[in-house]
Order: sequence, then C-alpha cells, then structure tokens
Amino acid sequence: MADFNVNSQNFGSFAVIRSTGYINNLGGEQIAKECRELMKSGINGLILNLRESTVVNSIGISILIEIIEDIIRREGRLAFSDLTPTVAKTFKIMGLLQFADLFDSEQDAINAFNGSNQSENT
Amino acid sequence: MEQPASKEIFVTVPMIMDMELAVSKTAETLAIMSRFSHDQVDEIRHAVIEACINAIEHSRSIDRKIYLRFSLFDDRMEISVRDRGIGFDVDKVETPNLRQKLQSGSRKRGWGLMLIHNLMDDVRIETEASGTSITMVKQRTPERLREGTHG
Repeated sequence: MADFNVNSQNFGSFAVIRSTGYINNLGGEQIAKECRELMKSGINGLILNLRESTVVNSIGISILIEIIEDIIRREGRLAFSDLTPTVAKTFKIMGLLQFADLFDSEQDAINAFNGSNQSENT
Repeated sequence: MEQPASKEIFVTVPMIMDMELAVSKTAETLAIMSRFSHDQVDEIRHAVIEACINAIEHSRSIDRKIYLRFSLFDDRMEISVRDRGIGFDVDKVETPNLRQKLQSGSRKRGWGLMLIHNLMDDVRIETEASGTSITMVKQRTPERLREGTHG
C-alpha cells in the first residue's frame, strides 16, 4: 500500500492533525483514529492540515465525514488547511465546507482557533 | 468532421488495492505531456481514481481487470475506463447530499460519479449486463491551447 503517516500536535483546547500520503480508506481510518483519540481526551477543536496529502479519494473523504458527524455531536469545530485547489474543490463539491472551515495555512487556522478561544474566555 | 486522436494509449490493470493510484500516475504523465494546466492535471488524476474505484467496488467483474484508453486530441483528452462487470442502472444512482446523510445517520459513501461529473468537462456512461464504460473528457483551456499551438 502507499505510505501514509499521521501525527498531531496538541494546543490545549484544540489540536492540529497532519497527514502525509494518499487519503484512501486506510488513510482516512488513520486520520479518524487520531481524531477520535483527541476527542476522547476532551479536545473538540481539530485542524486537519493536508499539505502532504495531495491525493484523496471519495472513500477516504467519506471517513472524514464521520469525523464531521462526531464533531457536530460534540458541538466542536473542524477546520482544514493547506488543501490543494483540487482537494478543496472536491470537499466543496461534497459539501464538507458547510460544516468545516477552510484556511490557506495551518497558522491562519491556529490564529482563528486561538481567537475564538479568547473571545469565549472574555 | 471529427479529428482522430493524435495518440491513443491502452492500459489494462488488475483490480487490486491502490491500482487506481498507479493508473492516475499514467493519467498525470499524459496530461502534463499534453500541456494541461496544473489544476487540470490534478482534476484528471482524481477523476480517474474515482472511475477506477467505482469499477473495483461495484462492477462485480469476473476477470477483475480495468481497461483504460487515453485518447489525446489537440484540444482535449478523453479517458475511457471500462470493466466487464454486470453494469448498473444509471437512473437509479441517487445524487448524494451531505446534509441529508448527516441527518439520517446513513451510509456516507456514494460520491464517485458526482465527483467525476464535477471534475471533468463531459462524462458519458455506457452500461449493460456485460460491463460499464465511463468516458471522461477534459478540454484544454484556451490559454493553454494557444500556448500549445505556438509552442
């Protein structure tokens, strides 16, 4: 199978998940597993950086939809960053961007999540 | 009168895991060679992946092979993805809706054809009891066409 890796970085109230490789069913499952573990630990804000995942398929994305379902249930927030134009177009066609934010860069997403945390705390 | 394709490439692959990725590399190489824009190349790649996945997942093909034909024209690329499966009823394919899928808690799959239609400029589906053929067309953008003509 194609090499696929996923790692995450915890920022307290939210986390960044970065994947590398083709998001097919196995890649999607690995991302979902990482997201579920983070949510289990109480994190309800997830930023998915797909800079190194430039090829996706609909089966992999359908697994990401299950993450959206979980996030909605927990009243959390999901964002994507660093998508190629085609991956962004694919997500838009499927309607994912109705339920998740899209940022050009991971840093933009982090700034937005930090901003919303600050406004919640004031 | 219809101009013949300047090049035709035939590829046959077995229906095994990640083969769609290998085929998409062929599509990418041919699209770059034909001077499609970077985004168009990427869209062609993803459409080919979806067509192959459909064949692998739904065709119930006996020979478990996918037959591809890449036809390169001056102004476009046509890709035919064919299987020798049992075919399907095009009219019974529902257009997926994410909001409905989330509300109903139903299966999240079934996006392949919708993506292919949106990523490519024209899509023709011929399906019968002996197999299915999906022909996908990508037009080169006028700018790229001009560059190609002069280049």
